[in-house]
Amino acid sequence: MTSKDSHKNFSLMRERILAEQNGGPQYWRSLEELADTPEFREFVEREYPQHAEEWHDPLGRRNFIKLMGASLALAGLSSCVYQPPEKIVPYVDQPEEMVPGKPLFFATAMPLGGVATPLLVKSNEGRPTKVEGNPDHPNNRGADVNIKGTSATDLFAQASILTLYDPDRSQTLTYREEIRPWPAFVADIHTALEEQRKTQGAGLRILTETVSSPTLAAQLRAILTEFPAAKWHQYEPAGRSGAHGGAMAAFGEPVNTVYRFDQAERILAIDSDFLNCGPGNLRHARDFISMRRVTEERKAMNRLYVVESTPTNTGAMADHRLSVRPSEVEPTARAIAAALGGAGVSVKLAAGGAGAGANAQWVNAVARDLQQNAGRCIVIAGDEQPASVHALAHAMNEALGNVGKTVFYTEPIEARPEDHTASLRDLVNDIDGGRVGLLVILGGNPAYTTPADLKLDQARLDKKEMLRVHLSLYKDETSELCHWHVPEAHYLEAWSDARTYDGTVSIIQPLIAPLYGGRSAHELLAVFSDESDRTGYNIVRDFWLGQMGAGGQGAGQNQGQTQPTAGSQATNQTQNAGGQASLNFANKPILTAPITNATTDTELAWRKALHDGFIPNTAARPRDGLSVRAPGEGGASPAPAPQPAAGGFEIVFRTDPSIYDGRFANNGWLQELPKPINKLTWDNAALLSPATARQLGVTQKIGTHGGDVHVDTVTVEYDGRAVVAPVWITPGQPDNVVTVHLGYGRTRSGRAGTGIGFDAYKIRTADSPWSGAGAKVTRTGEQYSLATSQLHHMMENRDPVRSQPLAEYLKEPENPKEGTEHGLTHGESSYDESMYPKWDYQQRDYAWGMAIDVSSCVGCNACVVACQSENNIPIVGKEQVQRSREMHWLRIDSYFKGDEDNPEGPYFQPVPCMHCEQAPCEPVCPVHATVHSAEGLNDMVYNRCVGTRYCSNNCPYKVRHFNFLLYQDWTTPTYQLMRNPEVSVRSRGVMEKCTYCVQRIQWGKIEAEKEGRKVADGEIVTACQAVCPTEAIIFGNINDPNSRVSKMKAERRNYSLLPDLNTQPRTTYLAALKNPNDEMKKA
Amino acid sequence: MPQIFHHSTNFLARLSLFGAIFIILGALWVAAAIHRSSWGTGAFVEREQPVQFSHKHHSGDDGIDCRYCHTTVETSASAGMPSTQICMNCHSQIWADSPYLAPVRESYKTGKPIEWTRVHDLPDFVYFNHSIHVSKGVGCSTCHGKVNEMPLMYQASSLQMEWCLTCHRNPERYVREQKDIFRMDWEPPANQPEVGPQIVKQNKSPDTHVLTSCSTCHR
Repeated sequence: MTSKDSHKNFSLMRERILAEQNGGPQYWRSLEELADTPEFREFVEREYPQHAEEWHDPLGRRNFIKLMGASLALAGLSSCVYQPPEKIVPYVDQPEEMVPGKPLFFATAMPLGGVATPLLVKSNEGRPTKVEGNPDHPNNRGADVNIKGTSATDLFAQASILTLYDPDRSQTLTYREEIRPWPAFVADIHTALEEQRKTQGAGLRILTETVSSPTLAAQLRAILTEFPAAKWHQYEPAGRSGAHGGAMAAFGEPVNTVYRFDQAERILAIDSDFLNCGPGNLRHARDFISMRRVTEERKAMNRLYVVESTPTNTGAMADHRLSVRPSEVEPTARAIAAALGGAGVSVKLAAGGAGAGANAQWVNAVARDLQQNAGRCIVIAGDEQPASVHALAHAMNEALGNVGKTVFYTEPIEARPEDHTASLRDLVNDIDGGRVGLLVILGGNPAYTTPADLKLDQARLDKKEMLRVHLSLYKDETSELCHWHVPEAHYLEAWSDARTYDGTVSIIQPLIAPLYGGRSAHELLAVFSDESDRTGYNIVRDFWLGQMGAGGQGAGQNQGQTQPTAGSQATNQTQNAGGQASLNFANKPILTAPITNATTDTELAWRKALHDGFIPNTAARPRDGLSVRAPGEGGASPAPAPQPAAGGFEIVFRTDPSIYDGRFANNGWLQELPKPINKLTWDNAALLSPATARQLGVTQKIGTHGGDVHVDTVTVEYDGRAVVAPVWITPGQPDNVVTVHLGYGRTRSGRAGTGIGFDAYKIRTADSPWSGAGAKVTRTGEQYSLATSQLHHMMENRDPVRSQPLAEYLKEPENPKEGTEHGLTHGESSYDESMYPKWDYQQRDYAWGMAIDVSSCVGCNACVVACQSENNIPIVGKEQVQRSREMHWLRIDSYFKGDEDNPEGPYFQPVPCMHCEQAPCEPVCPVHATVHSAEGLNDMVYNRCVGTRYCSNNCPYKVRHFNFLLYQDWTTPTYQLMRNPEVSVRSRGVMEKCTYCVQRIQWGKIEAEKEGRKVADGEIVTACQAVCPTEAIIFGNINDPNSRVSKMKAERRNYSLLPDLNTQPRTTYLAALKNPNDEMKKA
Repeated sequence: MPQIFHHSTNFLARLSLFGAIFIILGALWVAAAIHRSSWGTGAFVEREQPVQFSHKHHSGDDGIDCRYCHTTVETSASAGMPSTQICMNCHSQIWADSPYLAPVRESYKTGKPIEWTRVHDLPDFVYFNHSIHVSKGVGCSTCHGKVNEMPLMYQASSLQMEWCLTCHRNPERYVREQKDIFRMDWEPPANQPEVGPQIVKQNKSPDTHVLTSCSTCHR
């Protein structure tokens, strides 16, 4: 029994020792670990990095003991508290379907950047408590309708529940900071409108974010019809101007591109973080991983090439990653296009492709691989890339024959596609010219997010008299500059609609009445019409009843035509959208085919749409037969971006991975979420490569607490403007490139978001919003302390993450029972004997276990937020994170591989509780607060815990978290509404950890047992599993050999963390696989 | 100076040292007894309610089924408290003018719910589910006592974990057949040692190891 396993463990140990002799670890989490500095060694060897320092004050120790004695004596008294009497408040008239104790789920959608994520939101007695993806939505399902769809969401949707209950949200309608009633606002607007009517609204300007909502578009259209001289502008700091410009250049119309990654064997991402950002990222990630998952049935993988100017999650997943300066992205793309030409695929617009230069081998190998997989590959350009790169990507896809196979074009999903920068510039010109009398800002925070050269700041706005109205969730920087501030209703409080990435319309239905009396954009715009008191429900419903009635008839004429092409004329007219008051924006039926018939009237169709969470037949109409217009064919191919002078710094702007463009700045869950690559929390930083940092002489040093990293600050100067930023040395960052993330440095956000980080908008310009040359980075000599979880919970180079190239993995091992040379172990769980008694699960129906595929994890962080939401996990704040005291039950460790300048990865490894069979935490608890359950769970009993923390000290995986202080907010009433009633809210002095969502296990078991059956595989999903877009986390019954988790554990890639400790974890991992191109290897 | 205490008082000092052990043990015993008493557990204490509702009258005299008011006892964790509407089903016709029912009529008229005082109050870290107990053969009266004989509702058991575990460790002593679940007069029959295990088996109840795992009730 012992022999097999001992052999494996010894071979692992030998490998580790050899690796150390051969110069450093193979996988590393931080540069300090790679360099193995003395500070790092000291940090690792310090026994309890998260604990308080030793008491140095000589008198303090005695006082401390006295106080402790007194507390101990008094502690007994605390148990003498009786439960206060409780009230039961039943309904007066209990609503139908409402069963106390049983949650209801309602379909809705969260709009972000104009694109909806379809959701199913859990409601406990009328309180929305948890957000899940809508598995019935066509975007979330595969071709097979019998297979249940995914309930994945992104991290923003998960965290939106906290924003809903945020007590810092704006709560009152104000005029110049004075509280006013709604009728006063309506009267004031009507007076202003009467003034505007004289000039046909020449002074009326409406500024929105991206609008895809058909109802809002119809309202805007009505207003612009009534006030023909008025203008509607759209500005979004992360607007997709490049994609829009690229489509205009390539096709002459603003088509929407839909990618089918489940059909693509080869993918070239040109500075595109398609797995994590942008419309459809959930679908992209799912489809991408479905072609990457190696199983017994499918022994092939897709291959991902990434050219990028700053490390992203997509770059981490790449099989071949080329890190280039932002100015080199376009030349590299052109070189690939040219090389495709050399390989016999003639690409339009490829002119200007210079020699591939230093990367010739990379470029040629990619081109050859794409050409060999023509029709089964995708070239995707990032939203941050200029129009010319997007046009080139369209041309490459066309030349490779991907269009119609992996790449599809549809009509745009935005109500009026346009270049946001141009639209903003137009508005700013009008403001500067004094032509604006009434400015209505619906959502967004332009005073903060506008580029520095087009800033809507006080100086600009106050120049001429103009009435300003701002609708927003928070009283923010823009509200400060507006006369009227109208509190906005959260999307979970208001009626609306929005379109997903492929155009399918979801009705956004509220789960709760506005907590703070907010109004939706629809209700605000109603004030501009004759019926100023129309409710959001009536506005949205009437619009759709009209569409369903009319859409049915209109679309009926198209029956028989499988590809309706009608309406392209209208689309063409939308081109000049950015400019003059345009009434031409899409005003045609949204429905492509009728959804009403003899048995289904519009009312029934509306109800079904509400129930299902989407309106069928609303996907954007396909645009077939498009052809990329070469410069000679009337196409206005944008010239390649000018090449910056050699030398000097280049700057890259990105939205923040956690708080996006700054709108989520007051969301504590997102602020404390360690960012995917560098694990920073509560701050943004200027990312520099290790070589550049050495050149500048900037350093980062670990502090004494483990989470505090003291870094130098630098002045980042760009285009005559400067900000001071702390430095973060980022492996994989191109040299002489500084990356700054937007969204921080808010001056008016709320308790969590105000005054942290630096504001990168201050140096952003309208002409080059995403990157630019000629930046200057200089050391200030000051230091700053960042909070990062990069170094927390180290497992000290004991093969926590393992990877292998596909080809090596597919080679059958000589002895399938033995571990392979790369430390990949086999599914059979053979462990050494233990001195503790063995648990026997054969008598039980269930033995719960989890398998996590490192190969599938894209590091999107949604699971961490989902866990936080499901399990009532508090946030602790920056200072406590610096002491390694963050409470996340699930963390994602990221491991780089290779050298620091051009590392592979990072590999993302989600680490929940391992639920060890021989759990080291259990025997050391003096009060039996952590015990083994009969089904193999490692139970944590909060009410027994006295807080000795022995369990945490003895846990080799460091997955236990202690409430050092009262982190949970017990007093704010709205947060009490938010909590999951199925999970205890923990107090100070209690240890907590992942429970495998035991509340969901019990729920599933009870429901199954009431029906007299066993729990089916896949019936119980943990919160992290439910939200995972790539199905990297699988939970289930390992007693059942046919369950999905058992099958995963039976795979050859299966391994456990720190197996030599013989803890026999229930959570095991599947080693990462990469699919490198042999041609590149030769170099 | 002479000694203040006589030599014989040393005996008292020794006695008190020896006796301290008994005093401490005694104090602990008293504390435990208080903790377990109805003074500590709240058992057998009749609670003041906004309406003087009598289970004895409704359940005992009128023979109304438990589920007429506690509608969700078979489907949900919560047994469900009757909405004012349910009270008014009958009381719009009978006792329609009774002064005792004024709060009910008031609630019905104003839409403001009646606030009952909770009688069975488990700590918030205990997740009790009515529906699974009912479906596994645990009848109402096993925990709630003979409700049909209670003019004012009181808690008939200690509701301490020790009490829960007596059944979770040996469910066969307490379970009954499905037809008897809502019977208030059910007592374990003489042949309970034979039928009990059969019912447990028939209901496919989890074994006692599962029933006594912490996470079964605490989350």
